[in-house]
Amino acid sequence: MNWVWFHRFGSPPYFYRFAGRWAPWFLGIAVALLLVGLYGGLAVAPVDYYQSDAFRIIYVHVPAAYLSLMTYTWMAIAAAVGLIWRIKIAHAVAAACAPAGASFTAVSLATGMIWGMPTWGTWWAWDPRLISQLFVLFFFLGYIALRGAIEDRDRADRASAVLAIVGVINVPIVHYSVEWWNSLHQAPTLLRSDGPTMPMSMAWPLLVMIGAYTFYFLAIMLMRARAEVVRRERGGAWLREILAAPEASP
Amino acid sequence: MSEFLAMNGYAAYVWSAFAIAMGGLALNVWLARRQLRLARAEARRKLALGEST
Repeated sequence: MNWVWFHRFGSPPYFYRFAGRWAPWFLGIAVALLLVGLYGGLAVAPVDYYQSDAFRIIYVHVPAAYLSLMTYTWMAIAAAVGLIWRIKIAHAVAAACAPAGASFTAVSLATGMIWGMPTWGTWWAWDPRLISQLFVLFFFLGYIALRGAIEDRDRADRASAVLAIVGVINVPIVHYSVEWWNSLHQAPTLLRSDGPTMPMSMAWPLLVMIGAYTFYFLAIMLMRARAEVVRRERGGAWLREILAAPEASP
Repeated sequence: MSEFLAMNGYAAYVWSAFAIAMGGLALNVWLARRQLRLARAEARRKLALGEST
C-alpha cells in the first residue's frame, strides 16, 4: 500500500491548505443535516408513549454525548500518534479537539440533567453513567489546564498526550456503564449490539443528528488545528505566503 | 403551532435542552474562527518583528 498520501498530512502547509479547503464543506453539510434532524426530531417523530414530548431531548442529548466520547477517542489517538512518531501535526490535532470536546461533554451533562427532571424526578444522581461522563469532562479540562500550565510547547505536547491516553480508559467505561452496573440511566436504544430497539420513525432523526455532529466535529477540529499549526510555526516561506493572502472565513 | 410549542407541557425542558445544544454548536464555531484569526494576527506580528530587527 502507498502511504505517501498519509505522510503529506505531516506537512504544515499541506495540512493548513487541506483543512482550509474542507472545513467549510464539512460545516455546510453539518448545518444541512442539522436542519433536517431538528425538523424530524421536533416535528415529525411521534410522541413517546411513556415520556410524551420530553423524550425529544434525546435528539440533542445523545448526539452531544456521542460527540463527547468520539472527540475524546480522536484526541487520544492523535496524541498517541504524536507521542510515538513525533508528528507535530498530530499534537496540533489533539490540542484542537479538547475545547470542543469539553464543551460537548458539558452540553451532554446539562441536557441529561434537564431530561432527568421530568423522567427521574431529579436533576442529578450519583449514578455510574453520570459519574463516568463527569470524569470525561474532568479529563478534557485537565488536558486543557495542563497544556496551559507548561510554557514549552514540546513538553506540553508530550505531557498532555500522556494524560489524554490515560483518560481513554474512561471511554469504554462510560459506554458500558449502563450494562455493567445497575444504573438509573436507560440502556442504549440505538447503538447496541443486538440492533436498535427504537422504531424507525423515532430513530431516523437521531441518526441524521449523529451524522450532523460528526461532520460538525470534523469542521471544528480542522478549523482549530489550522490555528494550532500557525501558532507552532516560527517562520518559513509558506507561513509568509499564507499570511499575505486574505483568509477566506470558513 | 402553540400546541407544538407547548410540547405537551414539557416545553421548558425540551426547548431549554435544544437551546443549550444549539448554543454550544454556535459557540464552538465562533471560538474556532476567533482562534484562527488570533493565531494569524500573532504570527503576522512575530514575522514583522523578525524582519525589522
